[in-house]
Amino acid sequence: MGEKRTDLLRGTLDLLILKALALEPLHGVGVSRRITQITRGAFRVSCGSLFPSLHRMEEKGWVEAEWRASENNRRAKYYRLTSSGRAQLSAEERDWSQVVKIMTAAVESA
Amino acid sequence: MPGRIASFFRNLLRKRAVEQALDDELQSAMELLTQEKMKEGLSHPEARRQALIELDGVEQVKEEVRAIRSGIFLETFAQDLRYTLRSLRKSPGFTTVAVLTLALGIGATTAMFGVVNGVLLKPLPYPQPGRLIAVNYTYAGAGGPFNQPLCPADYLVFREQNATFQDMGIYDTGTTAAGDFVNITHSGPPERAQVLLVSDGVLQALGVSPLLGRLFMRTDEQPASSDTAILTYGYWRSKFGGDRSIVGKTIEVDDRPHTIIGVLPKQFVFLDKPTVVLLLPITIEHGGISLFYSDYGGIARLKPGVTLAEANADVARMIPIRLRTFLAPAPGLNSEQLAKLAAEVERRLRPNLSPLKKEMIGETDQVLSVLMGGIGLVLLIACATVANLLLLRLEGRRQELAIRAALGASWGRISAELLVESLTLAELGGVLGLGLAHGTMRVLVAVAPPGLPRLSEVALDGRVVLFAFIISLGTALVLVFIPALKYVRRTDLGIRLQGRGRSMSESRERRRTRSLFVVAQVGLTVVLLVSSGLMLRTFRALTAVNPGFAKPSEVQTFRVYIPDARVPDPERVVHIEQEVSDKIQAIPGISAVGVSRDLPMDGSGWGLGCGAQGRTYSPSQPLLRCRLGFFGPGFLKTLGIPLLAGRAFTWSDAYNELPVAIVSENLARELWHDPATAVGKQITMEGRPREVLGVLGDVHQDGMDKQPPPTLYLPMLVDQIYGLTSEGVRRDMAFAIRSTRAGSESLMKEVREAVWSVDPDLPLAAVHTLDHYYRKSMARTSFILVMLSLAGLMALLLGAIGLYVIVAYSTSERTHEIGIRMALGAQREYILRLILGQGMKLALIGVATGIAAALGLSHFLSSLLFGVKPTDPLTLLGVTIVLVIVALLASYIPARRAMRVDPMVALRFE
Repeated sequence: MGEKRTDLLRGTLDLLILKALALEPLHGVGVSRRITQITRGAFRVSCGSLFPSLHRMEEKGWVEAEWRASENNRRAKYYRLTSSGRAQLSAEERDWSQVVKIMTAAVESA
Repeated sequence: MPGRIASFFRNLLRKRAVEQALDDELQSAMELLTQEKMKEGLSHPEARRQALIELDGVEQVKEEVRAIRSGIFLETFAQDLRYTLRSLRKSPGFTTVAVLTLALGIGATTAMFGVVNGVLLKPLPYPQPGRLIAVNYTYAGAGGPFNQPLCPADYLVFREQNATFQDMGIYDTGTTAAGDFVNITHSGPPERAQVLLVSDGVLQALGVSPLLGRLFMRTDEQPASSDTAILTYGYWRSKFGGDRSIVGKTIEVDDRPHTIIGVLPKQFVFLDKPTVVLLLPITIEHGGISLFYSDYGGIARLKPGVTLAEANADVARMIPIRLRTFLAPAPGLNSEQLAKLAAEVERRLRPNLSPLKKEMIGETDQVLSVLMGGIGLVLLIACATVANLLLLRLEGRRQELAIRAALGASWGRISAELLVESLTLAELGGVLGLGLAHGTMRVLVAVAPPGLPRLSEVALDGRVVLFAFIISLGTALVLVFIPALKYVRRTDLGIRLQGRGRSMSESRERRRTRSLFVVAQVGLTVVLLVSSGLMLRTFRALTAVNPGFAKPSEVQTFRVYIPDARVPDPERVVHIEQEVSDKIQAIPGISAVGVSRDLPMDGSGWGLGCGAQGRTYSPSQPLLRCRLGFFGPGFLKTLGIPLLAGRAFTWSDAYNELPVAIVSENLARELWHDPATAVGKQITMEGRPREVLGVLGDVHQDGMDKQPPPTLYLPMLVDQIYGLTSEGVRRDMAFAIRSTRAGSESLMKEVREAVWSVDPDLPLAAVHTLDHYYRKSMARTSFILVMLSLAGLMALLLGAIGLYVIVAYSTSERTHEIGIRMALGAQREYILRLILGQGMKLALIGVATGIAAALGLSHFLSSLLFGVKPTDPLTLLGVTIVLVIVALLASYIPARRAMRVDPMVALRFE
C-alpha cells in the first residue's frame, strides 16, 4: 500500500466512528471508507478493528443496527447513531477540542 | 443500562441467532470488499485475499467481537463446565472415587455440624432468649465448691426483693433423672405421666402465652387453694381430643381432682423436657419453709439492659435477707449455734447465675467439639485423597496443558478451568454428602447418649445446608490451590512441552508435593486412631471396674408410686410394698425381690451432711457430705451388693421406725477408719444419732467413671427427717427382681398381674433391667467411642487408598527404570524392597508426625478418658502396628506388579 501508518490516539477511534455515523447510517465497510474520506486519507482504519468497536458501541447503546439492502443490492448491517450516541459525540468533540487547545498552547509556549 | 442487561440476556439465551448475525455481517463485508477490489481490476481469488487481509481474518474478528460481549464470563464458565463434565464422564473410575470420598467427608462433617448446630448453636426457642438466665448458688464446701440449687425460700425472697429480674420462678428438677411422674386415673386407662412442677414466674419468664385459659399465679401456690393443672398441647390433643372447652374441667392426678386452668401452645417445650405432659404448681407452705431442701432450678428473665454481673450482685445482696427471714429453729441447735450456722452459710454461699442455654448444654459442648474435630479430620483426609488423585490426573494431562499454554491460554484461564473441575467434584460430593448427612443425622439422634440435650432441635435446616455448601466451596478451593500453584506456571509448561513425559523421571518437586499429602493423610489417620484407641481403652477400663452389684442383666426393675390421696397411712404404704414383694417372690424363676428408693446410676442423688456421734464439727471440721438411700429387705441380695459387716434391714426395722442406719464401706472408713468396727457405732444426721447396723460394699451410684459416693442408708419408713421431707415414708419406690427371665415381656406380664392383684390402680413406670442403667452410665463413652472409631476406620480406608495410589502411580512411572535395574542384574527381592521401602518410608514419617500431633492434641481428650493416660504406650504401639500393616498391604500390591516387570518389555516401553 505504501502509505504511512498513523497510529490512532487511544480513544480517537470512537470519536471518528461516531463522527462518521453522524451524517447518515452506514455499514461497517462504509464507516471505514467514510473515515478515510473525512480525514482526507490520513487515517485508514481496517475493517477488522472497526467491528469490535461498533459492537461495543452497540452494547453501550450509542448506535443501533438495522439490516438493509446495500449499494450492491446485498443485505448489510447498517449502524445508526442513537440519541445517547449523539450526546456521546458532542461530549467527545468538546473533550477533543479541549485537548487540542491545551496541547497547542503547551507546544507553542516553549 | 437496561439495554446492556437486555443484550446480556440476548447474548446468553439467543446465542445462535447472535452468532448468525455476526457471521452474516462479516460475510457481507467480505463481499463488499471483494467487489471493490475486483472493480480495481483484481482477479476474484486475489480480491478475496486482499479483502481478508483488510478484515484481519474473519475468525479473529469474530473472536474479538465475542470477547467484548456482555456475559462473556458466564460463557467461559459454561464452556469449562461442559468440558469438565465430559471429561469426568470419560473417566468414571476417577470420578466415582473422588466424588464418593468427598461425599463421605462432607456428609460426615455436615451431619456432625447438624448435631452441633441443634444442640449448641441454635438459640433457645423462646422470645429474646439472650435475657434468660438460670439461677443457682455455688457452695464452697470442704471438698471444693459445688453447685447448689434453690429452695422455696430463695424464690419467695427473690421475687419480692430483686431489682434485676423481669420475671423469676423455680421449677422442681425432679427426684429422678427421668423426671417426676404422677398417676393419672379416671380419664381412660390409668397411666404414669411425666409432670413438671413450676412456680409462678417460670412460664412468664419463658415468654409463653397460653393457647387456652391462663398460666399459674401466686394464688395457685397456696396449700389451701384448690389443685390446678396446665396441659401441654400434645397431651391436650391425645388425651382430650383437643377439646376447646377443657378449661374448668378436672383431671385426676394421684387420685386427687385437679382443675385444668390452661393449655400451652403447640411449639412450647420446657427446656430439655419434651416428654412432660402436665404442669402442676409448686405448693409453698409459708410456715414450714426450710432452707435445707434445695432441689429447685431457678429461671429468670433479666430486665432489659441488665448484665449478668449486675444480676449476680443483686442475688448476693439478697442472700443475708433469705437467711434472716427463713432460718427456722432446728432441734438440737440453740439460737447462738443457729446464728453461727447462718454466718457460716453466708460466708460460703455465692450466687451462680449463668445464661439459660449454657446451663442446658452443660458439658456436652466438650464431647461435641471432640467429635466435630474428629470428623473434621476425616474431611481433611478426604481432601488430601482427592487432591492427590487430581494431581495424578493433571500429570496425565501435562501434554495437553502444555500445548494449550503454548497456544496462548493464560495462567488464569487454565486455573479457572481447574477450579471449575474441582468445584464440580466438590459440589457433586456436597450434594451427595447432604443426602448422606440427612440420613446420618437421624441415626446420630437415635444413638446419641441419654443426657445429650436439645436433640429435638437437630434438623437439616438452612444453616446446615449453607454449612455443607460452604465446606464444599472450601474443599474446591483447597483442591485447586495446590495444583494451580505447582503445575500451571508458564515456564514449567514450556519445559514440559519439550520433554516427552514418560521417559523423563518425575520432577523431585512434584513427587514431594504428593508425598506430603500422603504423609498428612497418614498423620491425620494416626490422630484419629489414637483417639479412638484411647476411648476403647477407656471403655475397657470402665467395664473392668466392679460396679458394686452383680450381673445387672439379670435384674428387672420398675417403679411404683403410691399417692397419699389413695393411701394416707404411711405404714400402709410399706405394707402394700411388702405385699407386692411377696406376690412377686411367688412367681416361679425369681431368686430375689427388693425395694429401694434409688437404683444405682438412675441419676438420682439426695445428699446431706453426717458425722460420727461424739465428735464435734465446726467450719474447719465440717460434716461429711454423703448420699442418702432407702431400701427394704431383700434389696441387697437382689442386686448382689455385698454385706461386709453387721446385718441388713428387716421389715420390723421399717415398721418400728427404729433409729438405725447402714453405711457404705467408704463412709465407714471415713468416719471410723476401719469398716469392721463401724457396727454398733452411732452416726449423726441432722443432729440425730442412729445406730449403725451394717456396712455395705461401695456402689458406683453416679456412673462407672465417678467415685462411689459415701452413702448412708435408712429403712423405708423412718420418723420424720427434719428439712428433707414432710413425711417419713417413701412413696415412689423402685422394685428390683433377680431372675434369668429379666427383660422378657412374659416376666413383666406376671409381675404386672402380681402388682395389680394388690392394687389394680397402680401403674408401673420405668420398666428397665439394671443393665439399662449400667449401659446408660457408659453411653457417653460408648457414643464417642463408636463415632471416633467410625471416623478412624474411614480415615484408615482413605489413607490406604491414598498410599496405594501414590505407590502404584510412581511404580508405573518407574517401569522403565525398574526394567533397566533388572537388565543390569537387580534381583526381584531388591525391587520388592525398593517399592515397599518407598511406601513404608512415607507411612513411617506419617505415623511419627501423627503421634506427635496426637500427643499435642491429647489434652482435648484427657477429661473424657478414664483409667488410661493420653500417652498410653499400648495404644500408640497398637496404632503404629495397624498402620504399618496397612501400609505394607497398600504398597505390596504395586510392588508385586513391579517384580513381574519383564526387562525387555519395560525397556521398549516408550
